[in-house]
Amino acid sequence: MEKKAHIFSLLVNNKPDVLARISGILGGRGYNIDSLCVNTTMSPETSKIVLTTTGDQATITKIEKQLNKLVDVLQVSDLTEDDSVQSEMALIRMKVTKENKPELLKAVETFKARILIMGPVCCIIELSGKPDEIESTLAHLKTMGIEDTVRTGTIALKK
Amino acid sequence: MKLTGSQIFVKSLQEEEVDIIFGYPGGAVIDIYDELHKSNFRHILGRHEQGVVHAADGYARASGKVGACIVTSGPGATNTVTGIANAYMDSIPIVVFTGQVPTTLIGTDAFQEADITGITRPCTKHNFLVRRVEDLAETIKDAFNIARSGRPGPVLVDLPKDVMQAVTDYKPVSRLSSTDPAHKPDLTRLPDVLDLMSVAKRPVILLGGGVILGKASDELREFARSVRIPVTSTLMGLGAFPGTDSLWLGMLGMHGTYFANMAISKCDVLIAIGVRFDDRVTSKIDTFAPNAKVIHIDVDPASIDKNVRTDISIISDCRPALQLINNMIKGKRFAVPEGQHDDWLRQISQWRSEGPLTYCHSSDVIKPQFVVEKLYELTQGNAIIATEVGQNQMWAAQFYKFDHPNTFLSSGGLGTMGYGFPAAIGAQLAFPDKLVVDIAGDGSIQMNIQELATAVQYNLPVKIVILNNGYLGMVRQWQELFYEKRYSHTDMTFQPDFVRLAEAYNVVGLRATRPEEVEPVLRQGLSTPRTVIMDFHVSRQEGVYPMVRPGDSIAEMDLGGREMIN
Ligand SMILES: Cc1ncc(C[n+]2csc(CCOP(=O)(O)OP(=O)(O)O)c2C)c(N)n1
Repeated sequence: MEKKAHIFSLLVNNKPDVLARISGILGGRGYNIDSLCVNTTMSPETSKIVLTTTGDQATITKIEKQLNKLVDVLQVSDLTEDDSVQSEMALIRMKVTKENKPELLKAVETFKARILIMGPVCCIIELSGKPDEIESTLAHLKTMGIEDTVRTGTIALKK
Repeated sequence: MKLTGSQIFVKSLQEEEVDIIFGYPGGAVIDIYDELHKSNFRHILGRHEQGVVHAADGYARASGKVGACIVTSGPGATNTVTGIANAYMDSIPIVVFTGQVPTTLIGTDAFQEADITGITRPCTKHNFLVRRVEDLAETIKDAFNIARSGRPGPVLVDLPKDVMQAVTDYKPVSRLSSTDPAHKPDLTRLPDVLDLMSVAKRPVILLGGGVILGKASDELREFARSVRIPVTSTLMGLGAFPGTDSLWLGMLGMHGTYFANMAISKCDVLIAIGVRFDDRVTSKIDTFAPNAKVIHIDVDPASIDKNVRTDISIISDCRPALQLINNMIKGKRFAVPEGQHDDWLRQISQWRSEGPLTYCHSSDVIKPQFVVEKLYELTQGNAIIATEVGQNQMWAAQFYKFDHPNTFLSSGGLGTMGYGFPAAIGAQLAFPDKLVVDIAGDGSIQMNIQELATAVQYNLPVKIVILNNGYLGMVRQWQELFYEKRYSHTDMTFQPDFVRLAEAYNVVGLRATRPEEVEPVLRQGLSTPRTVIMDFHVSRQEGVYPMVRPGDSIAEMDLGGREMIN
């Protein structure tokens, strides 16, 4: 069966060990988490977790059923690309030289990124967009000398 | 009403109608023990925390109620892990209370601190660390609810010492709190099940532990008999359908009967009820019931399509699903055409006579199967049988005929040596007047032999039948078959004298070394109203057959030197 990236959005009880339970039940059964994002919701009692994983439909169904068994998981939604809006943010530290600076500034503009700090030898830029846009922007910036990056992982909301 | 945590603990147990708690005390639970003492709560003192948990588990399996136990923090808590994992694998409802260091010391590597909720996360249905006394009553209510609802399982509640000393306003929790999150019955496809059954020519019912846990034996019997479909079972399902019924095929799987495994391999419709398709049952998955449309009824959605792809699934407790089916049959909304299964039943009888469940009898040495057969004869299937793990377990499953649910207590999923005897203690406490027998191996029985003291202290007339082959027999059998008889560390060169060991514990010890001694020893042992060890010196290299080699199809069975069929 065809393997596909999947986005799970989980509404969970806001308790210290919830994340351990979720990663435990997936890890213990050999399912890999590609990205993970945890945050509070409008209610102090619950948190929202968005996690992405890759697998064929049978595997994804098994993961969903296992997540549903957890007492602290209140709701599991399997979001598809079409019925949700996805976004991700990345911070990127770039080398800055006399030579690459004009090109870099131009790239920042075309990709609608933001320069957070600009130093004499490096800068940090912030980028947000759909995960595949981030991917392709990073590929482009790589040619100009990326020193380090960090990404939030996908967040998604049902349309 | 102002109460301490410990007082709320006892009150909550009473609210849950817990009449007995198994346990082992220590510093972190000393306040709770003081309260148990003051309230005269019935407590059974085990001799090792593993035994304590298995006893609660045996009590739960035999009675169908939730088992409860309590241990101290640190080593007391870590000693429960095997017992908890065992209950988890077999979906047994127990609640394990563990002491914990005071909340102010949690995370400081305090004396006897162990992160037991962390340790048991993968082997509990759920667990709780109670941080505030205000949450205690509700948490205990939740724990019992979660343990028993949906697909049952063990729940652990960690109780810090200061929480149990603290005082709060207590009111009994009335709301029906959170139950099993996955418990959403889905019966929509029931009509399809009936359609499929009405055209089936070669149907088989495969039942599992879920039928017993779901208290659906009566409904299952009615169903199978009214449509005349033969029945096989996993190890965990033994007793749900009578072992003496003509539709009964015996257990299937690695050590299943020839005719059960053949029936599964040739059936056209497989009705699987309360099973999870463990690999000891299916063996090579793509040759399991290869020609069958599979109907799967189970309470746990995660069991559906996990190992075997189903054609129709019903997510429900077994009982309501079977009740609905039975009603439809009774209301004549469904019927199997007269004689539709006759050829199939005839085929099965033929398999039955070709490959009966049997063994080579001997008049020189005691055959272990003979001991189990005699035990069945003398008890007429009216005993509760616990088993250890290994050959003894398989011979018990094969040669004792179980007619009643909740009478076969065995570690199916985890395969825990040392389970049987403490489980038998738990069962005996649930049913003081019933005959409770642990069928044991000489290796396994030594894993929780210390519980003899528990049996004696509470006057529990549990009978232990040791099938003593001087080997870790099941492992030896694999070495014989798959490792060219290199018996690496399976010969128990030294064994205690079990009769003298019995005497040291002030229980009755009997021994049989010759076939003609088997019956007299069993008769004497079973009729003695005390704890008894019966040590049967059996033929040392006996094997369990039929046997499906790991990885083979269940249609390919080694019938043990008689002949290889297929
Ligand atoms: C706690 C534990 N340790 C090891 C094993 C592996 N094992 C499975 S069967 C078996 C042999 C059991 O020997 P015995 O109790 O003498 O029973 P027999 O097979 O001889 O009837 C062993 C060691 C196990 N199942 N459980």
